[in-house]
Amino acid sequence: MDNLSILIAGRAGDGIDKSSLIIGRILGQLGYNIYIYRDYPSIIRGGHTFSIIRCSVDKIAAHSDKVDVLIALNQDSIDFHKSRLTGGKSLIIYDSTSVKSDTGMAIPAGGIIKEAKALDLMRNSCMIGAMCRAIGIEKDILENVFRKDVPKETELNLKVAFRGFEEAKEFIKIEKSKQKSLPIITGSEAIGMGLIKGGLSAYISYPMTPSSGILHFLAGLQEEYALKVIHPENEIAVMLMALGFSYAGKKAAVGTSGGGFCLMTEGLSFSGMAELPIVVLLGQRPGPSTGLPTYTGQTELNFALSAGHGDFIRFVAAPGDTEEAYYWSAVSMNLAWKYQLPAIILCDKTLNEGACSFDVDSAGEIKVEAPLLWDKKGEYKRYQDTKTGISPLAFPSDENAIVKVNSYEHDESGITTEDTDLTVKMQDKRCRKAEYLLEELEQYETVKVYGDKNSSTALLFWGSNKGVCVEVGARLGLKVIQPIVFSPFPLKQFKEAFKGVKKIICVENNTFGQLADFLKRYGINVDHRILKYDGRPFSLDELEQKLKKIIT
Amino acid sequence: MGNMNLATNAKNTWCPGCGNFAILNSIKAVLGELIEEGFPREKIVIVSGIGCHAKIADYLNVNSFYSLHGRVVPVCEAIKLANPELKVIGFAGDGDTYGEGLEHLIFAAKRDIDINIIIHNNRVYGLTTGQYTPTSPLGFKGRSTPFGTTESPINPLELMMASHASFIARGYSHGIELLKKIFKEGIQHKGFSLMDVLQVCVTFYNMYDYYNSRVYELKDHDSKDYDMALKKIREWDYNYDSKISLGVFYKNDHI
Repeated sequence: MDNLSILIAGRAGDGIDKSSLIIGRILGQLGYNIYIYRDYPSIIRGGHTFSIIRCSVDKIAAHSDKVDVLIALNQDSIDFHKSRLTGGKSLIIYDSTSVKSDTGMAIPAGGIIKEAKALDLMRNSCMIGAMCRAIGIEKDILENVFRKDVPKETELNLKVAFRGFEEAKEFIKIEKSKQKSLPIITGSEAIGMGLIKGGLSAYISYPMTPSSGILHFLAGLQEEYALKVIHPENEIAVMLMALGFSYAGKKAAVGTSGGGFCLMTEGLSFSGMAELPIVVLLGQRPGPSTGLPTYTGQTELNFALSAGHGDFIRFVAAPGDTEEAYYWSAVSMNLAWKYQLPAIILCDKTLNEGACSFDVDSAGEIKVEAPLLWDKKGEYKRYQDTKTGISPLAFPSDENAIVKVNSYEHDESGITTEDTDLTVKMQDKRCRKAEYLLEELEQYETVKVYGDKNSSTALLFWGSNKGVCVEVGARLGLKVIQPIVFSPFPLKQFKEAFKGVKKIICVENNTFGQLADFLKRYGINVDHRILKYDGRPFSLDELEQKLKKIIT
Repeated sequence: MGNMNLATNAKNTWCPGCGNFAILNSIKAVLGELIEEGFPREKIVIVSGIGCHAKIADYLNVNSFYSLHGRVVPVCEAIKLANPELKVIGFAGDGDTYGEGLEHLIFAAKRDIDINIIIHNNRVYGLTTGQYTPTSPLGFKGRSTPFGTTESPINPLELMMASHASFIARGYSHGIELLKKIFKEGIQHKGFSLMDVLQVCVTFYNMYDYYNSRVYELKDHDSKDYDMALKKIREWDYNYDSKISLGVFYKNDHI
């Protein structure tokens, strides 16, 4: 067996999320690559919630509609998901105290926890214990993971887990894989670690799904990494505070979703004018407006590229998995400071909240350079005109430097101007930086190619569709192409990737096909668009079917 | 302040007689004194919003952050948090910070971050040529309210009391000595300070005669007494006729 999917379901508040992570870690201990898909409503308690834990010997970042094991904590779980079972070697494990089923393995979890005087939440532990036995995982692996990942009431949890283990029977036997066991982290955690790697000093954010995970993760690391993590009154303050940190010489990032980013756009434009470096984590979701807050979408490529009034340069990247999220978060911070501009990282629920095996060694080498600093000679001018347009930085409290930044058009010293020649000169100075950034981007893998590189049919995707597109594309023998950087757009690298391609199929989680439309301005026409905008990510089966209709 | 030159080469474009000159001259004097007393000039940062007041960033030769309309306060907070050694002074207008950016002001007061906010409160929009602001009196006829406003002004000082600001004062652009005294005391206060300045706009809302006949300096006032401070703050509500007290109303030294 080199591939297994387990679905665990119950009510919101039942602890499904935590359970899925524990199941992932147990399977991870066997040396498998893990991907966890989480589906939950915008409700604290009571709605239906489920997670799919998939393991494979290959690197994966997508879920399948079909599952091998269904763990049901309530009746809905069976009613809603029974049809996903593959038959044959598939199995339902259900809490027979509260759930009725004709088939499957009955575990009286409700009764067991009552007997053990345990909390209702601990039914999860009991069911996980039963699952381990059912798929042939040894008790000591179960125990190891519980001792590490269940810090509260460990003994009681273990007790009910072992009771579940004893109630169950071995149904299939999952073999150990020979690969190294990797940590499982979410995209939000990968982003947080990447920002720290890039030199993060302050993270400012107003809570908003799907970026709140980054805020929570970094808030927990404040002391360890001497970070300032601030949750202010609104996203307008978030952005302006970030600019204040940047002015004072501290690397800052902000995180939000589309609605919050709307409020940040005046500050984004200010960042462009005042050349104050800033990194924005833009967690997209299905819109317009509040849309589906807890579901996924790739709806803000256009917004990221055009947000903010006036003409200014920006860096925009869309990483596709946890390693890329880590890598590009660090790189974006570095480039924001090197070129003194705003950098936007597009992410979404699938990337941020999906949990994956994370291999830092495969993420790529990250260069963190010191920004261009003032040489302390002569009179300091914050906006000194230079060949590259990049002005040396000084910060308040640097002796003999008076650092003036300005949202108005300004001269080299930062004093307001309305002079025509000076306006043109300063705007040219700021925009000139894009040429040098584009040149530097040639050193980065801004466009990636997977699958059958000789195929004349290209499957084009961006962002979190990476997992599903790379896997299905390879299965169908397609050339799979992923642009990562959108601004400044590395057209040369992009065209290189498309050599020999005759047909382009573009896969996106939005209504219009924002990438496909974006490419039109470069004279690249997409032949087919596969668009999904119901808030759910593509499953492997679903995308495969849709692609087959086009290519056969 | 000795001969310290805190002026830039920028041409001053305030109207002759503008109350902003009094604020500029007072702050120059106070900063000059602080520098002479040994506070490093490079550790002073001023922040301004957008409006006539904000040009002060161009006129003062110290570190400056010429921000957006309503966005003085969050920038001040961040700069102070990023580098606590800095003295951060924010200049803002009444439309700017009592209107567009009011939420920031309330939260900064609540957080009691050690920043200083000076409001150029002329009770009219000057740069956009004469509309009502949050502190214009009821019935104010501006270019957006030609038949008079139908809403009463807020009393920003009372609002600041409710938001836990730890230093609250009011000055007047006709009275530079008191202004200097207030600025110096506010800047040296460890905590959030709000200094409201009745700054007369000679072009769109010339209140000199009105204020001159009503202002008086607080005497026998205990600025540590919350109730007494609140009572004095409520004496004039920025609307109905009454005496207008000036000085430091409230000061909480975090005992």
